[in-house]
Amino acid sequence: MWGILRRSAVDGGGFSASSLRRTRFSLVSARSYAAGSKEMTVRDALNSAIDEEMSADPKVFVMGEEVGQYQGAYKITKGLLEKYGPERVYDTPITEAGFTGIGVGAAYAGLKPVVEFMTFNFSMQAIDHIINSAAKSNYMSAGQINVPIVFRGPNGAAAGVGAQHSQCYAAWYASVPGLKVLAPYSAEDARGLLKAAIRDPDPVVFLENELLYGESFPISEEALDSSFCLPIGKAKIEREGKDVTITTFSKMVGFALKAAEKLAEEGISAEVINLRSIRPLDRATINASVRKTSRLVTVEEGFPQHGVCAEICASVVEESFSYLDAPVERIAGADVPMPYAANLERLALPQVEDIVRAAKRACYRSK
Amino acid sequence: MHIRQGTTCTCRPSNPLPTNIVKDATSFLHMAMLFARSRNLVSSLRQNLGLSAILIKRNHSSPRPVFTNYQLSSRVFLDPSTSFRHESTAVETQPDLVQQSDHEDDAQELDFPGGKVGYTSEMKFIPESSSRRIPCYRVLNEHGKIISDRDFIPVSEKLAVRMYEQMATLQVMDHIFYEAQRQGRISFYLTSVGEEAINIASAAALSPEDVVLPQYREPGVLLWRGFTLEEFANQCFGNKADYGKGRQMPIHYGSNQHNYFTVSSPIATQLPQAAGVGYALKMEKKNACAVTFIGDGGTSEGDFHAGLNFAAVMEAPVVFICRNNGWAISTHISEQFRSDGIVVKGQAYGIRSIRVDGNDALAVYSAVRSAREMAVTEQRPVLIEAMTYRVGHHSTSDDSTKYREADEIQYWKMSRNPVNRFKKWVEDNGWWSEEDESKLRSSTRKQLLQAIQAAEKWEKQPLTELFNDVYDVKTKNLEEQEVGLKALVEKQPQDYPTGFHI
Repeated sequence: MWGILRRSAVDGGGFSASSLRRTRFSLVSARSYAAGSKEMTVRDALNSAIDEEMSADPKVFVMGEEVGQYQGAYKITKGLLEKYGPERVYDTPITEAGFTGIGVGAAYAGLKPVVEFMTFNFSMQAIDHIINSAAKSNYMSAGQINVPIVFRGPNGAAAGVGAQHSQCYAAWYASVPGLKVLAPYSAEDARGLLKAAIRDPDPVVFLENELLYGESFPISEEALDSSFCLPIGKAKIEREGKDVTITTFSKMVGFALKAAEKLAEEGISAEVINLRSIRPLDRATINASVRKTSRLVTVEEGFPQHGVCAEICASVVEESFSYLDAPVERIAGADVPMPYAANLERLALPQVEDIVRAAKRACYRSK
Repeated sequence: MHIRQGTTCTCRPSNPLPTNIVKDATSFLHMAMLFARSRNLVSSLRQNLGLSAILIKRNHSSPRPVFTNYQLSSRVFLDPSTSFRHESTAVETQPDLVQQSDHEDDAQELDFPGGKVGYTSEMKFIPESSSRRIPCYRVLNEHGKIISDRDFIPVSEKLAVRMYEQMATLQVMDHIFYEAQRQGRISFYLTSVGEEAINIASAAALSPEDVVLPQYREPGVLLWRGFTLEEFANQCFGNKADYGKGRQMPIHYGSNQHNYFTVSSPIATQLPQAAGVGYALKMEKKNACAVTFIGDGGTSEGDFHAGLNFAAVMEAPVVFICRNNGWAISTHISEQFRSDGIVVKGQAYGIRSIRVDGNDALAVYSAVRSAREMAVTEQRPVLIEAMTYRVGHHSTSDDSTKYREADEIQYWKMSRNPVNRFKKWVEDNGWWSEEDESKLRSSTRKQLLQAIQAAEKWEKQPLTELFNDVYDVKTKNLEEQEVGLKALVEKQPQDYPTGFHI
């Protein structure tokens, strides 16, 4: 049985690829801070994004453990079962490999699945399907099999959940051609990027953060509109500055902004870039910023070796070497499986002070 | 699970009640309320069992004359190391696994999540195997004669002749491409020798709208649907005319036009994918099912469990066809599983299943056709285990004489050949002659040799195809890389092979 099929009144044209591109262009030119008196949690932002996309396109359906009856392990899919029915909000047996494979098969056949992993740590049980069945299919079939699927769920560290629930998979998935990898920070990011991901004909890995779900952010009228969409592959300059560039994504954006406040008190003007898109990486924005500030501090929560920061460092060294006035600073999680004890966990993750110290080092203000 | 203030539990959440009970009761009510319409539709379809009722009955019937042949063949399926098996102290002699008992208690039932279940005070373990293996369904005997007039779907002359022609064509194609690989003209090939009946008869039993997700030993299905010998050759050579644009190894055919998804190398991934395709067809209310193939070895993969379990839960219209050919490269089935083949696993998932003589084209045709109808009209998955033998090596990278007897291979190639067996039946009906045979074989051979020669000469894909189809629309970095590479090739042509196309 179909759920409620209604086209949103605001959405006049269809969601074709060309209209998406047109929307992208107009939004890019209008970008600034989300100025508005309304606030929205990331959880509600994600929920409303999925809701609107399901409403607009009957091919979109949600699948995962506990997404229906339980309203979602983190309540992201709250209310969707009641609205759209069990055919479109599908509670799966406990088999990541199974439901990922099924999602890919459904995508092969023309549906648009939004597959939820309870955390991306469990996606490792399905990673063959994500890489070999989803990412590579369009290429290997020479365009005959495209996979318009979204894999979403919490990624990275939460609080007190130990090593098997805390790994960040941004670097792993972002290394694979054929995938797009997004990491929202604010509610606006969550809405715009998830809507873009669902509409995108390519497989998208959508890395959320559990600790951000409950956080509220101001949200503009524009972002609340059902046709709102953010461009994939474009980073956002959250805070402009001229002395040092800080790049990061997801939860660390909040930490970087706090660090920028602290640095401002000491006379260092930091530019904070929210990557939003890990693959494709917005090298142009990063390099333009570094060419302006001449200093780079790159931050991530994940393991240091072969991380997202490593890729950014390489990009900047390759393209903007002569503009650098200081060695690139890289802040990542500790090179250990995440410990459980609260004090150890705090030591294993980047903190605001680490970012401040690194920025000062880059500015030759301290050791 | 330790829950901190202000954070949500991040392990799999625990409920006050075991999840199953809550989910079962409320979800049943929920479903009943919201989907009364669809439920009634499904249940009314179920009442109309039709052909499926007859077939189910057959599974529990007493053994038929065909059994003697079966026992003979079972030797070759079982490894000499049967000494590894333990003798059950209480071997089940009845066909039903659960033994009826006369105790009074058994009239009562217990309530558990999942429904009512009777109980017994007799402690009895279900034996690991039934004393009698599940018999396989067969229509033609080894001499091509119909065993019994009941219970098979008749095949017209036109259809039978086409089926035979295609089986013979597949044989010739396999032979010629294999030789081409041996001559170094293509890098890799994989034959379906010995499994021509499964390939062609199953394809003949499906409708063109049914979506096929192959493993890799089913090119006959694509052949049946109209893929030409030239198209096969082009894919093997990865030339410019290849629909796969040179992106995949040989034998990884795929064609949207023919509803045949591109062959993918990882084993068994197509099984949960097929469940997903079935689900999509179900949601779009199409008169079609997903059909997917797997070998005996592939059933050991986790995806087999996930795919079948899921298809059953989703009530997806999927036909799972397992080609039990005895070997997974060098791993014999006795080292692959300890169950009575694959057919018994169906019941473990709540899936209707049948074992079929995979070298009997008519049996395969009837079984697949019936399974397909069941899958579509009843919206349920069906499992078919087709017993056969892999006559050829696993692939051109294998020499199977290293791990099995040449005599064994020879026996299956000559005495148990599915093509010859069907040929006898077609000839007996007066529908095929030796003249037809030699004409078909020589013309097919000629066409194939020409196809290979032409495919070899075709130029390869241009450089631009390196960067296309990674995404729907090329990303900026790929565009930049393409421009850079083109410039490099033009600047340093001596570093690139002659005839290298940009």
